[in-house]
Amino acid sequence: MAETTKAAAPAHTENSNKKWAIGFLTVVLAIYAINKFYIPTAPAQVKTFFNAWFSLTSMGEIMIYILMALGLNIVVGYAGLLDLGYVAFWALGGYVAGWLMSGQFDQWQINFFGNPPAGLPNGIHLNFLLVLVLGGVFTAIWGVIIGAPTLRLKSDYLALVTLGFGEIIPQIMVNGEDIGGFNLTNGTKGINPVDNIKLFGHEFGPFQLADKFLIYASLAGLMIFFSLRLRDGRLGRAWLAIREDELAASMMGVPLMRTKLASYAVGATAGGVGGVAFATLIGGVYAERFNFQVSIIILSMVVLGGMGNVWGVLVGATLLAWVNNTGLVQFGNIINSATGKNIDFPSFNFLIFGVLLILMMLYRREGFLPEARVRLIMHEEEFSDVAVVTDDIEVEGVHHHEHN
Amino acid sequence: MTSTTARAPRASVNVSKLLTRISMALIAVVVIYWLGRNFLDSPTQFLSVGITGLSNGALYALIALGYTLVYGIIELINFAHGDLFMLGAVFSYFFLTSFLGAEGASAGNYAKLGLTLVLAMTFCASLNVLIERLAYRRLRDAPKLAPLITAVGVSFVLQFIGLKWNGSAPRNFTTVLPQTSFTVHGVVVPWNALAIISLTIPLLLILVTLVNKTKQGRAMRATAQDKDAARLMGIDVNKTISFTFALGGAMAGAAGLMFAQSVGTVAYNIGFQLGLIAFTSAVLGGVGNLYGAVLGGFLIGVIQGFNDGLPFGPGQKWSQTVVFTILILLMVYRPAGLLGKATTEKV
Repeated sequence: MAETTKAAAPAHTENSNKKWAIGFLTVVLAIYAINKFYIPTAPAQVKTFFNAWFSLTSMGEIMIYILMALGLNIVVGYAGLLDLGYVAFWALGGYVAGWLMSGQFDQWQINFFGNPPAGLPNGIHLNFLLVLVLGGVFTAIWGVIIGAPTLRLKSDYLALVTLGFGEIIPQIMVNGEDIGGFNLTNGTKGINPVDNIKLFGHEFGPFQLADKFLIYASLAGLMIFFSLRLRDGRLGRAWLAIREDELAASMMGVPLMRTKLASYAVGATAGGVGGVAFATLIGGVYAERFNFQVSIIILSMVVLGGMGNVWGVLVGATLLAWVNNTGLVQFGNIINSATGKNIDFPSFNFLIFGVLLILMMLYRREGFLPEARVRLIMHEEEFSDVAVVTDDIEVEGVHHHEHN
Repeated sequence: MTSTTARAPRASVNVSKLLTRISMALIAVVVIYWLGRNFLDSPTQFLSVGITGLSNGALYALIALGYTLVYGIIELINFAHGDLFMLGAVFSYFFLTSFLGAEGASAGNYAKLGLTLVLAMTFCASLNVLIERLAYRRLRDAPKLAPLITAVGVSFVLQFIGLKWNGSAPRNFTTVLPQTSFTVHGVVVPWNALAIISLTIPLLLILVTLVNKTKQGRAMRATAQDKDAARLMGIDVNKTISFTFALGGAMAGAAGLMFAQSVGTVAYNIGFQLGLIAFTSAVLGGVGNLYGAVLGGFLIGVIQGFNDGLPFGPGQKWSQTVVFTILILLMVYRPAGLLGKATTEKV
């Protein structure tokens, strides 16, 4: 059966995938080359421009957001389960990096191909790659723990429960500096510094940002690859089937719980890996960064680009992450200096993300780069019989009013 | 082979049922031990904390009613409801304290408080109707994901309005309701708790009468049951849904005013947390059930009060965690809530 589906897959999707992949690679390499070879020798003006508008930190952040948005896309876009507490996985991944790549537990002295700062051997210092894997596994386990009891709930209840977890886990991190006398998370002060990444003898310090960017870009690239491969595989098709009609899918023999749990686990893994990566990018883990707003920003990325479409989510994540960390501030500065006012533009992100979500849902539910299938689901009511009947009644009602 | 596969699921169901029972019993034992130990240790403190909890619970009940009314009629979890409550609080501060200049208790200020109550209720009711008209109405037949995400968006927009209106820092002010308290046999009773409870109960009674006894209430119940059938019976479904949103909004406005008056602080971000707590109350009682929302509100208020105020317990810094743990446990063990009826999703 798998073979027939494979054969039936239209050739153009594979082609367009290839085009996108080449495009992604080109952009990443171009950013790397510009920053590695051109910027250091460029005139000061160019340097400040790039620093302000396209700083490497923000580029790395965009890559991590792509990774996480694609992870959420598997839960929301593929399996159709609304998760409003995705930030919990980010937090858990971040703290895995904080625990295993820093001096947080200075009562121990463990170094496994790690990179402790010079002269500070205390704490646990594992290799970055190992921490990535451990972070992914740890959050996947948490994904299953959160998912197992809650996935049989109705979709809107599920959203609330995930939201609850998204609130509880950061609160545990905030309060976790004294759990029975044990300092687990260092409270609001957070865990810092997190070790620099060291791979194959090469250290990625705070000044090797271009090289660091390449690491994050390859993580994002891997996630794109996994997303595309998973989607066309057995599991991916099961997810899509559940998203489109749970009952029909279970009639066709799709094991609902196991499939939903798998989507949770994969989504959580991406969140955890993203959390580890983000901790190394900013060199620390801070509990107050993990708030509800982050969950919503990542959700907006998925919604804006087009739920279920990898390339749509990629574009959405790039755009919104950039607007959120750079664009809003920079445009604000320009407008402020042109008008002589002092408007706090970053505070407008509430408005921007809120209005964006509302307008998208009202006018373009399928996102800007939609999949044909998603577009059909999102406008299902327009084709169903019940809707047609209600529409007729609506029209009658309107006439009635006019006569009165 | 077939017989084993057929038997396997039944065994697993029994095991999970047993596990559910055992874990429920364990939770009950822990809670009873916790309450009992605290009560025996200091009964007066136990009761004082309980009274504060009841007055918070009254506020939760008012907000929870908004969730429950809206969920009952269009099956939407209105995420923005908590932020509507926040705007009610901010409005009451700006009207009562800033515009009317009412600070401290006096007869004239109580009259102003009454006026503000009516205006805050009207303000939130109109806003809620407007939100429904602009955002939710068009999505009534859309897949469930769409209105939910829209509600999250509305919540953000309302928070933005609150942020720009109230400023990013919390605002402290002198309340009209007295911040003093009296003691009965060592039990501390704050005056504002008493005021809140005595303002809330009539509101709740009016609402319940409205829904159960009036023609408009019957229209609401009919619409909740079956929109198409209601329409065929001559009920204006859109108007009925708007009315429901207005009712929920009015309750949120009243709660906002009383919250502002009881704590003397307003901030743009109070809506999210309190809204979630109120939603938990609605779920605890059984979403869609009015009495359930009230019961759930008082229960959550008291539980939170005990958690925050009793010597043996997790303490205030775990307040949210305790409430959301209740939410999650409920969802797992009894999604229908205490008074709700278990329903299956319509196919």
